[in-house]
Amino acid sequence: MEKKFGVYLCKGCGMGEALNFESIAKVVKKEGKIPHIKEHDILCSPEGLDLIKQDMVAEGINCMVIAACSSRVKYEEFDFPNAIVERVNIREQVVWTQEPNTEATQAMAEDYLRMGCARVKKTELPEPYQTECDKTVLVIGGGITGLSAALEAANDGYQVVLVEKEAQLGGYGAKMHRQTPSSYPYTTLQEPVVFKKIQAVLDNPKVRVMTGSLIEKIEGQPGMFDAHIKNNGNVETVRVGSVVLAAGWRPYDATKLAHLGYGLTKDVITNLEMEELAKKGKIVRPSDGKVPERVVFVQCAGSRDPEHLPYCSDFCCLGSLKQAMYVREQNPDAVAMILYKDIRTPGQSELFYKQAQSDPGIMLTKAEVSGVSLAPAGKLLVSATDTLLGDNVAFEADLVVLATGIVPVTVDDPVINLDYRQGPGLPEIDVYNGFADSNFICFPYETRRTAIYAAGCVRQPMTMALAEADGVGAACKAIQALEHVAAGMAVSPRAWDETFPDPFMQRCTSCKRCTEECPFGAIEEDEKGTPFFKINRCRRCGTCMGACPERIVIFKDLNVDLIGSVVKAVDVPELEDEDDPAPPLRIIGLICENDAMPALDAAALHRLRLPSIIRFIPLRCMGSFAMEWIKIALNNGVDGMVLLGCKYGDDYQCHFAKGSELCAYRLTKLSETLDKLGLEADRVQQFQIAISDFDKLPQMLDDFVARVTEIGPNPFKGL
Amino acid sequence: MSTDNNKILVVGGGISGLTAALEAAESGAQVIIAEKAPYLGGRVAQLHRYFPKLCPPTCGLEINFRRIKENPNISFFTMAEVTQVSGGEGNFEVTLTVQPRYVNDRCTACNDCAEACTAWRVNDFNFGLDKTKAAYLPFDMAFPQKYLIDARACQADCGQKCKEACKYEAIDLGMKPQTLNFQVGSIIMAGGWEPYDAARMDNLGFGQVANVITNMQMERLAAANGPTGGQILRPSDQQAPKKVCFVQCAGSRDENHLPYCSYICCMASLKQALYLREKDPDAEAYVFYIDLRTPGRYEQFLWKVKEDEKVKLVRGKVAKITQEPGTDNVVVVAEDTAVGDKVHMTFDMVVLAAGMVPTTKAAPFPLPLSYTPDGFVIPELLPPGVYAVGNMKGPLDVMKSNEDATGAALKSLISLGRRS
Repeated sequence: MEKKFGVYLCKGCGMGEALNFESIAKVVKKEGKIPHIKEHDILCSPEGLDLIKQDMVAEGINCMVIAACSSRVKYEEFDFPNAIVERVNIREQVVWTQEPNTEATQAMAEDYLRMGCARVKKTELPEPYQTECDKTVLVIGGGITGLSAALEAANDGYQVVLVEKEAQLGGYGAKMHRQTPSSYPYTTLQEPVVFKKIQAVLDNPKVRVMTGSLIEKIEGQPGMFDAHIKNNGNVETVRVGSVVLAAGWRPYDATKLAHLGYGLTKDVITNLEMEELAKKGKIVRPSDGKVPERVVFVQCAGSRDPEHLPYCSDFCCLGSLKQAMYVREQNPDAVAMILYKDIRTPGQSELFYKQAQSDPGIMLTKAEVSGVSLAPAGKLLVSATDTLLGDNVAFEADLVVLATGIVPVTVDDPVINLDYRQGPGLPEIDVYNGFADSNFICFPYETRRTAIYAAGCVRQPMTMALAEADGVGAACKAIQALEHVAAGMAVSPRAWDETFPDPFMQRCTSCKRCTEECPFGAIEEDEKGTPFFKINRCRRCGTCMGACPERIVIFKDLNVDLIGSVVKAVDVPELEDEDDPAPPLRIIGLICENDAMPALDAAALHRLRLPSIIRFIPLRCMGSFAMEWIKIALNNGVDGMVLLGCKYGDDYQCHFAKGSELCAYRLTKLSETLDKLGLEADRVQQFQIAISDFDKLPQMLDDFVARVTEIGPNPFKGL
Repeated sequence: MSTDNNKILVVGGGISGLTAALEAAESGAQVIIAEKAPYLGGRVAQLHRYFPKLCPPTCGLEINFRRIKENPNISFFTMAEVTQVSGGEGNFEVTLTVQPRYVNDRCTACNDCAEACTAWRVNDFNFGLDKTKAAYLPFDMAFPQKYLIDARACQADCGQKCKEACKYEAIDLGMKPQTLNFQVGSIIMAGGWEPYDAARMDNLGFGQVANVITNMQMERLAAANGPTGGQILRPSDQQAPKKVCFVQCAGSRDENHLPYCSYICCMASLKQALYLREKDPDAEAYVFYIDLRTPGRYEQFLWKVKEDEKVKLVRGKVAKITQEPGTDNVVVVAEDTAVGDKVHMTFDMVVLAAGMVPTTKAAPFPLPLSYTPDGFVIPELLPPGVYAVGNMKGPLDVMKSNEDATGAALKSLISLGRRS
């Protein structure tokens, strides 16, 4: 499109009283080189908006700089379809945080206009990246989670391929004798729901079931994955668009629980072996086939134990309560004793716990089980300390059931076997104790492999009822990913984004930094080692752009040159007197637009004072930070650069998982470069800041300004 | 999918409702959100941090609000309640009643009205720990960022002062409740929860002993945008408490109050013990519990808390809480089941881990639905095309509420498809 620029200045919310608009208009015209300037007392009012709309019609204005409030507010008012809109925040970032009518405040507002004009000129409208898109969902795992994912995806009209490694569908859900109740009044055991699900899946023409099958390899990208599925020695390639990973769990290896008596006699069994007995019809002692009179359940057998599993397996308390009911149902004279650390029946499952407690034949006590030994007459003795009945108590048992926990299959098997340069599995599994989980509370299905969603016990320990629901949620995400890929849009967390990285490959030196750093494994290499982008895997964080030393990665609204131009637009005050005790300084602030920017807005809402010498530039993620900008800034006489990014480390808050961490990593390299130039490394610093830290900003920024002041002006200034 | 009635109504704009709405809208449906409060975000907006990562909920809300802003498929109404529903799956007729905000879309959040306003109201966002002007913004991160006037707090004709102070003609004192009618194909109930009224447990002293507060009040005390600017101060004298008692199952797991477990309170109190410790390295926290419920990978969080020797976990049910005669301190009597003794201890402040009550307990949805005696929706008995998420069906944490809401979004989409 032919760009026609207009600048619109708002004088409301105190801006008219605090700033000299004539002077701003001069700057826009002369330096911003946009002569079409209009101002209004209340730009966001219908009258103010009419001014812009009339210009769009009469003058063909299609690129506007709107100098008013933060882009986080009045977004509906300033939304002009098919136009490029650059919001310049002179309300929160200038007028609400600065002294009115001072030179410094005026200079700040004028700088933001210069920067806005520079940015709008370099920004282009996005054109979505659309490829062919196969709308088939691949579900890996035919247990309760996978079955419900497959079924609901099919019910919504999508084709599904369901791959199960065993010969039968159903997983552990089908091995259960009964299921704990999942609905009110939570008192009676129910038939396992899995069999109905199996039938529904088998009856659904949209689901293709492949049992006895394994994923040998998945290659390609969302919308066009090629899954190589191995079945009976044959490998079939199936094209799918997205994946639900519901590969489930296996029981913790009970042979590692010798201290709890496993292996001592046949009468120490696991909870799973107990289910098998119950399912066969009769609970008997494996050693002699006798019906046990006293059954002792040992909770947390392996779970919540730093030597074994460092997590709670979630379902075992309910499971043992259920099995205690089996014992009592079969033999009304029998006693079931449950030894626990804590009974964990969260939510309404507490009602089931109460039901079990109301049976005098089911006894429960807190206990630390210290050992299991053989006793006369073929009996067993479970010793425990720290019980409600006293210390060092021994419980006689005919049968001991160890409530063994769960181990996600991903702990030692990537399962999805991705043909990705960064590896076959989901990354950082070890951070989550082997689970295919993420650390996002708000967005629990997000993984670092686009359009691949984990669900059920492969993701977290959970009960059958939760696993069933979890499968449906993952199916929703898998479907959504297909629709977004088809429309050429990103998926979470920038689900609206139609921009994408478009590298100018002629200048690529195959250094592979982008392929290594991309948090989502979106960049592969061809046979010659040249990187190529699998755009549908991309989440649009811009990390590749920040990583690339050749600056070749270009988004329509973000690239190294674009931000470089914004940095260059800042007016750096000249050092007039070498001996000035308070020389005029200028600092550039690069900030995460999701967290640091709202925190700055909140500081403004609280009318906190912030330093007047910093000019902030929001970025979609600090991962897009390019070292080139420091070079540009320092070359232009800027005295310091402050980066406000999200927390990193295991509890990272970056929504692109690695962005702020990679930014910090790049800065470690920078200090060497600065040292070589004789520049102090402290001139460029990154801080971790949360969105709620508005109150910490004044001190943090004042301290940084003080440090730069202490170091003194940039020696390259004016050169 | 049919386009003429490709619409879902999501009742409730808390984290479950937002997730359900966004996941459905990003999968192609048209979505309307009706939220009773003047802002979106619900309960999580009042939390200082989430467990187990100790990250601020506003971070994820910010992303969700951006998703709403960028998505033409979503519209939302605040101060709106569903007052009538008729019809069935595929063609529900729903009526929303929108309460007057007395502030229109011209509001720029400049704060001039609040400056001019002379009337005060108790701040419900901060659970009564402070006051705001009658013309106010619910909190700094409120979305939409729009003021409102609490007419109940206004004195005779004082509204004129706000009106005159507003340069933007944003104040409209003549606003009346509005009735809006929509046709939707399916409905997702995401009404969330209320904290259990702690004053109903007369043995625990809430409302009688000044320095007994609830867990949700503790969230506000710890938050930088809360009543104390993020300092944990006890109500009686605004001093920082050195020794704080957390009382678990305050109402929950109790036949006389809430027979169920409220799911989040163990994790919440452990988290709050860390708030206290983070702000004051000398402060001590005692947590009295029946069972410590940190299911799944949350166990790691329990281990982390246990590493702090100034957080003491005591197995025992608190029986009575009273004020220490002659001081502002609080005496807690508990059964220490590990020792088998009654314990008397004095604290500077007590935090009650009050449980969750579904909003449908007090205000059933305007459709004949089946509820448990505790007010939870029984999902199996919902009519076709109606789905309930998160705490409507039973107590849940944020992560699982989001999972559930994502699943409900798909079920709702399927429901829309079934009709076409």
